[in-house]
Amino acid sequence: MAIFINSSSKVIVQGMTGSEGTKHTRRMLASGTKVVGGVTPGKGGQSVDIDGKQLPVFNTVAEAIAATGANVSVVFVPPKFAKAAVIDAIDAQMPLVVVITEGIPVHDSAYFYAYSLEKGTTQIIGPNCPGLISPEQSNVGIIPADITKRGPIGLVSKSGTLTYQMMYELRDIGFSTAVGIGGDPVIGTTHIDCLKAFQDDPDTTAIVMIGEIGGDAEERAAAFIAEYVTKPVVGYVAGFTAPEGKTMGHAGAIVSGSSGTAQGKKDALEAAGVKVGQTPSETARLMRAILGR
Amino acid sequence: MDLFEYQARDLFEKHGVPVLAGAVATTDAEAFTAASAMGGKVVVKAQVKVGGRGKAGGVKLAVDANDAKEKAGAILGMDIKGHTVYKVMIAQAAPIVDEYYMSILLDRSNRTFLVMASVAGGMDIEEVARTAPEKLAKVPVTAVDGISLAKAKEIVEQAKFPADIADQVADVLVKLWETFKSEDATLVEINPLVKTEDGRIIALDGKVTLDDNADFRQPTHEALVDHDSANVLEAAAKEKGLNYVKLDNGQVGIIGNGAGLVMSTLDVVAYAGEKFGGMRPANFLDIGGGASAQVMADGLSIILGDPDVKSVFVNVFGGITACDAVASGIVQALEFLGPKATKPIVVRLDGNNVVEGRAILSAANHPLVEQAETMDGAASRAAELAAK
Repeated sequence: MAIFINSSSKVIVQGMTGSEGTKHTRRMLASGTKVVGGVTPGKGGQSVDIDGKQLPVFNTVAEAIAATGANVSVVFVPPKFAKAAVIDAIDAQMPLVVVITEGIPVHDSAYFYAYSLEKGTTQIIGPNCPGLISPEQSNVGIIPADITKRGPIGLVSKSGTLTYQMMYELRDIGFSTAVGIGGDPVIGTTHIDCLKAFQDDPDTTAIVMIGEIGGDAEERAAAFIAEYVTKPVVGYVAGFTAPEGKTMGHAGAIVSGSSGTAQGKKDALEAAGVKVGQTPSETARLMRAILGR
Repeated sequence: MDLFEYQARDLFEKHGVPVLAGAVATTDAEAFTAASAMGGKVVVKAQVKVGGRGKAGGVKLAVDANDAKEKAGAILGMDIKGHTVYKVMIAQAAPIVDEYYMSILLDRSNRTFLVMASVAGGMDIEEVARTAPEKLAKVPVTAVDGISLAKAKEIVEQAKFPADIADQVADVLVKLWETFKSEDATLVEINPLVKTEDGRIIALDGKVTLDDNADFRQPTHEALVDHDSANVLEAAAKEKGLNYVKLDNGQVGIIGNGAGLVMSTLDVVAYAGEKFGGMRPANFLDIGGGASAQVMADGLSIILGDPDVKSVFVNVFGGITACDAVASGIVQALEFLGPKATKPIVVRLDGNNVVEGRAILSAANHPLVEQAETMDGAASRAAELAAK
């Protein structure tokens, strides 16, 4: 089962003909992902040779879906063109769009997120995220596939390298799915979306949630856990020693209130029954204690 | 990037938001020239990116150009909450009869934009939000819909602006949206928005925050960067394209890959440091995925150039980048730096090709470099070395 992606996911790569796109298409294929093609406007009809495998390139996501039956798109398009790429995927009613691209202007991500809500047929993960992996089934994005194996833990994190670190700490136990949701101000899939999916996934028995300073996503997740999640959750929050954020003017302070500090997030999670580790290693030990391993 | 008031004023003017005449001055002579050109009474305002400058004596009314020169001379060089005043704005003075509030910002929690407007302006708007939330209209606006004139009129009505100025205020809101959108801002705030004696609606003071991710399509924003107040190390790091933040009261220099892991590294060092007389992280430095020898050398040279730093902790998880490449980067970086490398460096490598990476560092056998197996162990050792 796993969440969001599994062995039957068919993946297209938007920006496959670029250097990052080609490099990671190769890595995704090597880890067993069913990559079925790519999209680069203006290069439709060409194909890309990845270690002897010919992958077709299409001009639009709609054409790619029609020809390949793809149900996941991963976006490696540079920031300048990312908005158009994601809108193309939404217009084609692509069910899941994973946006790896870092550095997209927030006016663009706010636009394509709002547009996806209007259309109601596309879930976005990211932007500025490492993607997600259901080990031994499918790997969409840039998470190294060889850190760990399939197992019972679900992982959701804002940060890429902390995702890798936590997968590594618990590599002998393994993961159902690990999702890097990204640290940008506007992201498509939240901690809560992942927590709900893990709670409903029979392959997941326990959940690790990694957060960091800024916004109130962790506080909201804590409230959701108290209300909905019965599986054990361990948490980690990065940024206790980070300096206070830049003054965002009065307006920003009103919206975020006093939330946003690492301590506030830790307190909220603990109040919801989540065991919170002081370091990534301690968080892993808490998970081991819960699973008895 | 947060802007100074005078920069916000200029952007407002560019997009048709009504403002009074204003000019920036860095010397009292410039202040005299600007005030002479404006004529009459002017206000001399310290340009600092922190609130409370009025109470700190950073805003003064001047009766004429000579007075403006004197007031500017007194304000320039002042310290306001740790911010040195390098510039003043000379602004036309206007008789005010009423003060309001208006802003558009990115609302992270709800992943949309938000307009806030109130007729209870001029005072602390956070106080209004807390004590009289009914006086603050908060209206979500999506990036797809934006703010049309009709939408602006709706919002102005919801905020209960008086009927005689409603159309003018709605017009200001549409132009404020134009500013927000076309400048790629994450915050545009007018506080106060005022009604003058002669019935005009004017943005008297403003704050603007711009999205750095949009720099590629905002060529004019480069000129808005404040070089005067930048930390020397941060400025040097920025020039090298490094994501570096200097932290106060720290002794352990930090280099890592990935913002989350580096933030976590700061925390782990601070915990470990408690056992060694309160050693703390001296900086945040994320070298990103690449971690080439050049990037490592640039990062190390910035950190070793920080007189506060007593030891360095390099914390890398090899994901896309393999540990052997990172290890080679460290070895080459130390060769580049030669005798400039003078402080002990604790390296923790884990992940992809970790065995090869550790072997490279062992073989190089650099006298300053020590390896540690775990992140917690490395943090403890780096703190111990810093305390020596």
